[in-house]
Amino acid sequence: MPMALEQLSSQLREARLKEVDAVILRHRDRPGALLAILTEIQSSFGYLPEATFKPVAQALGIPVSQIWGVATFYTLFNTRPRGRHMVRLCENAPCHVQGAASVLEAIQRELGIAPGEDTQDGEWGLELVSCLGICGVAPALMIDDQVYGNVRPEAVAAILASHR
Amino acid sequence: MNNIALTIDGRSIKAAPGTTVLEAAASLGINIPTLCYLKDVNEIGSCRICMVEVKGARTLQAACVTPVVEGMEVATNTPRALRARRVNLELILSDHPRECLTCIRNQSCELQALAEAMGLREARYEGKMSRHPADWSTPSLARNPAKCVLCRRCVAVCQKVQGVHAIQTMERGFDTVVAPAFHLPLGEVACVLCGQCSLVCPTGAIHERDQVDEVWSALADPERHVVVQTAPATRVSIGEEFGMEPGSVVTGQLVAALRRLGFDRVFDTDFTADLTIMEEGHELIRRIKEGGALPLFTSCSPGWIKFVEHFYPKLLPNLSTCKSPQQMFGALAKTYYAEKMGIPPEKVYVVSIMPCTAKKFEAARPEMNAAGSRDVDAVLTTRELGRMLREAGIDFSSLPEEDYDHPLGISTGAAAIFGATGGVMEAALRTAYEVITGRPLESLNIEAVRGLDGIKEVSVALDGLTLKAAVAHGLGNARRLVELVVQGEVDYHFIEVMCCPGGCIGGGGQSIPTDADIRQRRMDAIYTVDERMALRKSHENPAVQALYEEFLGEPLGHRSHELLHTRYQPRSLYPGRRESR
Repeated sequence: MPMALEQLSSQLREARLKEVDAVILRHRDRPGALLAILTEIQSSFGYLPEATFKPVAQALGIPVSQIWGVATFYTLFNTRPRGRHMVRLCENAPCHVQGAASVLEAIQRELGIAPGEDTQDGEWGLELVSCLGICGVAPALMIDDQVYGNVRPEAVAAILASHR
Repeated sequence: MNNIALTIDGRSIKAAPGTTVLEAAASLGINIPTLCYLKDVNEIGSCRICMVEVKGARTLQAACVTPVVEGMEVATNTPRALRARRVNLELILSDHPRECLTCIRNQSCELQALAEAMGLREARYEGKMSRHPADWSTPSLARNPAKCVLCRRCVAVCQKVQGVHAIQTMERGFDTVVAPAFHLPLGEVACVLCGQCSLVCPTGAIHERDQVDEVWSALADPERHVVVQTAPATRVSIGEEFGMEPGSVVTGQLVAALRRLGFDRVFDTDFTADLTIMEEGHELIRRIKEGGALPLFTSCSPGWIKFVEHFYPKLLPNLSTCKSPQQMFGALAKTYYAEKMGIPPEKVYVVSIMPCTAKKFEAARPEMNAAGSRDVDAVLTTRELGRMLREAGIDFSSLPEEDYDHPLGISTGAAAIFGATGGVMEAALRTAYEVITGRPLESLNIEAVRGLDGIKEVSVALDGLTLKAAVAHGLGNARRLVELVVQGEVDYHFIEVMCCPGGCIGGGGQSIPTDADIRQRRMDAIYTVDERMALRKSHENPAVQALYEEFLGEPLGHRSHELLHTRYQPRSLYPGRRESR
């Protein structure tokens, strides 16, 4: 797990927040800038540190409460540091019907963590998410940017191993 | 554009384009049940309680967001619509704690009333219940998200009407919760505690911090001399707590009721409202003559004060240094009055009856302690007083009319109108005109500052000076006006701002429901109170005159400065608890 912004020295923190200013400048005049900015902040920090909300709010003229609403609405955004690899398993109806629950059991067995948790070594995080948009191949999951369909519980170990 | 012809339950009606099925039905006397709907503020069709059948439509439609269409045939009470409403209500109840008996909104809850009206006899769905902790972080408001039905009315009023954005819908799906940024407690974000959220909440998810038991304890303590003050706007709303018509003027019954509760003296915030006019009027004149910060903003409304502290700290020098009438009263009760009566100040316990939740925060400000302890010990909103009187079994509507005690109960009509937007301005102008010109005003009614327009302006010729003034109510309007000031586009001398729509008659602590019609009726009642008063100008209040002679000396004098004036502090706009760690 990379160091959380809050744990850095104040000097390093300042430097990293300057990067955020650059991200904001790059997007601020485009429509829908908020999602683009949050996406870039997340890819740079691994999550959305609270200290980055104020400069975003000021630059875009959007209240912090609203940005927090957006950040917590989308399961792809993390509002706290998460594992290096994120496993996102769909929990919506079609995946449920097709056996997502047993896939979840298999993942939990392999990683030893429950949804919302991360492994102690910081390598893995597990999250239940809403529809991944591929109900035709339910049950579906994502690991980082890679999407998997028709996932069987017995295939889980191999899928995870390919990301180690 | 031509009106649109349609039928609802077989009855023909013509409605203007853009009218919703809900509104068209209401004009026929058909009341379709609603829950999330709040006219003009929250029309989002999220609760699905107002489902109706529209001929030719595949699915049921939400009446609150369905516009009328030519030839439309609406049926509001088909078995299919009724069943859908009940099922939807049952689904809402499946994640609602059924603690009605012990809920602060027992019998004033819209969810409860809906269940009753819809004849619900069972709630069949059992499942996971939301678990979000309650939030008791402010002295004014408490949040209990477990009781939230996610109607979003509070969010809409906070954002669209007040422009404060303290709360927002967070997370998604089953985890959805209305909360401040970063899920922080309300007391740690830029919330002004106006309580408009508590006024529109259909359930007990956001409510006033109840202080009734503190007041009962004080009343039962023989060592305490308990005095009470009543805000101008409460005398035209407390009747609603007992089923009386909105806008009933019940000043005399209010006084009688408070005496029945056992208060040692029943006084009136109107007395210190008159005093505020004397102090603030002289402050305005001094600032104009000596070149102080202008425009001068009124400081009676604690939600407005906190708004400036969070959002416009650069304007703090423009706020009048006058304490609000509530706080002036407390300061005088524990000094002037205590001295006059020979009672040790520490034995005097001051309760105020307010239309306002922010007044609880104001009373708890550490700087508000003129006599060495809190100026005001406990603040009860109109709703809390209603509960207290019901608990005491006092039959409010049959009480005789009684008069306030002297001397802190003597007031003028100018003070009464503090309760409505524009009232402080009108009261100030009545006095300023006569004090500056030495001539009596032709008409005491200054119509330009009355009514429910968001921003009002007036200019008055005062021997050699044209005084330009403006009035705003509701923080959204206030922000628009303040932006004009900040950008230098207007040059007013004096601006009255009331935090809540309509002024205090629409305060966040007022009786539920409070809507546009009820605000108007309370406002009309306020002006009736004014018309009925023998004295209608603050400077003519004999008790205020005596106060200056006996105790204060002169407006803005040394003692006034000590007791009646205060200071403000910038507060952060961005929550920064974890950031600063």
